[in-house]
Amino acid sequence: MYPVEVVGLNKSYGKVRALNGLNFSVNPGEIFGIIGPDGSGKSTLFRILTTLLLPDSGVALVDGFDTIKDYKKIRNRIGYMPGRFSLYKDLTVEENLKLFATVFNSDIKQNYYLIEPIYKQLEPFSGRRAGNLSGGMKQKLALSCALIHKPSVLFLDEPTTGVDPVSRKEFWEILSTLSKEGITIVVSTPYMDEASLCTRVALMLKGRILKSDTPADIVKSYTRELYSVKSKNISGLLKDLKRVPEVKSVFAFGEHLHLSLDPGTITLDKINEIIIKQGYRDVYINKIFPTIEDTYMLFSEEDFKNGR
Amino acid sequence: MKQFGAFVKKEFFHILRDPRTVMLLLIMPVIQIILFGFALTNEVKNVNIAVFNSDLSIESRIITERLSAGESFQIKKYLHSHTEIPEVIEKGEVKLVIVFNKGFGSDLRHTGKASVNVIADASEPNLAQSALMYATNIIRASSQEFLKGGEVSSAPRVEPSLRLLYNPQLKSAYNFVPGVMGMILMLICAMMTSISIVREKETGTMELLLASPVKPFGIIIAKTIPYFVISVINIATILVLSIYLLNVPISGSLFWLLFISFLFVLVSLSVGMLISTLVDSQVAAMLISGMVFMMPVILLSGMIYPVENMPKILQVIAQIIPAKWFIAGARKLMIQGVDVVYALREIAVLTFMLILFFGLTIKNFKYRLD
Repeated sequence: MYPVEVVGLNKSYGKVRALNGLNFSVNPGEIFGIIGPDGSGKSTLFRILTTLLLPDSGVALVDGFDTIKDYKKIRNRIGYMPGRFSLYKDLTVEENLKLFATVFNSDIKQNYYLIEPIYKQLEPFSGRRAGNLSGGMKQKLALSCALIHKPSVLFLDEPTTGVDPVSRKEFWEILSTLSKEGITIVVSTPYMDEASLCTRVALMLKGRILKSDTPADIVKSYTRELYSVKSKNISGLLKDLKRVPEVKSVFAFGEHLHLSLDPGTITLDKINEIIIKQGYRDVYINKIFPTIEDTYMLFSEEDFKNGR
Repeated sequence: MKQFGAFVKKEFFHILRDPRTVMLLLIMPVIQIILFGFALTNEVKNVNIAVFNSDLSIESRIITERLSAGESFQIKKYLHSHTEIPEVIEKGEVKLVIVFNKGFGSDLRHTGKASVNVIADASEPNLAQSALMYATNIIRASSQEFLKGGEVSSAPRVEPSLRLLYNPQLKSAYNFVPGVMGMILMLICAMMTSISIVREKETGTMELLLASPVKPFGIIIAKTIPYFVISVINIATILVLSIYLLNVPISGSLFWLLFISFLFVLVSLSVGMLISTLVDSQVAAMLISGMVFMMPVILLSGMIYPVENMPKILQVIAQIIPAKWFIAGARKLMIQGVDVVYALREIAVLTFMLILFFGLTIKNFKYRLD
């Protein structure tokens, strides 16, 4: 039995198709990442899985229970952290935690070991009102509240959005500890770099899953050759490279350009020659391994070409 | 039950951590009662009156003299024809016109019965009523003196026949006490409750709670409890102030007055819960409870304008306003001091409304987000 299983899930808001025939399943104890930009349907999916929305068609099972019929059973066993901070801002850290422990018929002591590493950091502020915490602290408190009853599946909707890089890193470390405790985690994020921290990921775009696999296998499915190009005039180079017919795609990627080619169509020397001929100096080109983001770009490009 | 207790505690935290709102809710009835109380002083002093005396008998002259003798009235004008009566009142020159018809004196002498017409401008009902009382007393007292010869009867035989303009029912001066109660209870119970429930939807905490094993209906019931407590405090404040500050005694049964007040609190709370199931934003909750429930409470409940004087269509609309029934019932029990059987209709209507609103709330209540 899968902790989460989704078959042919559809959901529309009026004319907008938020979810378009989703299929995937999550294995016990894994960190399953749902990766996609804003508006790709991540939050709608989370709300269906947490029994808050009804799908138009299709089936979603959590721990084998149907999200429509057995919603009460699901609500007893999941932990949910919505996309925006949803605790009581005028209650203190401790009051929030106590309240949510009571909500799940538990108490703070019972599963304290689970939240200890997180809550330890919050303890100095236990008397502070939740509204006055920093962004990272708020997310840690929200995670503590979602964990206090030791859920079997934890749903985290964009937990690291708007959180500083250090806190983000800490947050993912906590998630990996939790998954070792046997808790299945479904987490969404718009940050592609976080995908590699998941056991498996599903790449979402416009309500569909483009690809679902382990981060390593997703990267392997990248069929083109990928190069990193560095020069002084990045934006000019980007424009000029786009004009080369053999170049499949060029994206700005921080201080570099990521350039993709179909294997065997043009040699690296030829590309180099074109660049030099156009007057660029100090150009460095390296063949690189694709990241999840490169793969996502490729898939969404193919998706666009397929006219969807 | 433990969960319910935790939620009630949480609601009290929410309210107590916003001390300005608590103060406002607790002080508001005090301010309203004092404002209304002082605005409605009913001392009759130097009220301008006019006299139209077509009788010119000794008796009528003596009564006229008596009227102007005290500090209460000042005769501003002697009229010479009936047509002048509406004129002086419309111009606001006088508040009262005393009319002695021809034959007043001889009627009184020969039959022991005579009538004086007193016409009052009741656009200021409280003043008009007090002035009428004073005038009536003076007329009665004087006419009794004429009859002291003892030949006809000991009972006063001059019956002033009163005609009130603009407000024939002449509502009691203290009608506003039940009115203020109705308005404040509606405000606290319906508006504050609906806003506080909708706030949970707006901030997303409701989403979190819906995805948990808590019975969502319990959360909502827990929300109403602090407002119920504040309402009880306010009922007590208003009653104590009206008894000791305004000297309006509770002439009926305190038990039944409290009974109908609590019933109305429950109706208002269910209105608040119903609104919260219909809207998703605090602004919308405020507008609905303000525009649909508060405004009519003030305008249509008979608190300011008597319902009987409104156009038919508004009278029909007024029937569906809970506060109208509460105010009517509370008036009977508090001001008129009649037995509870005379307020049974109001109690029945409020009970029906409570069941209806509560039922609709349960029917409308969503266990999911959409």
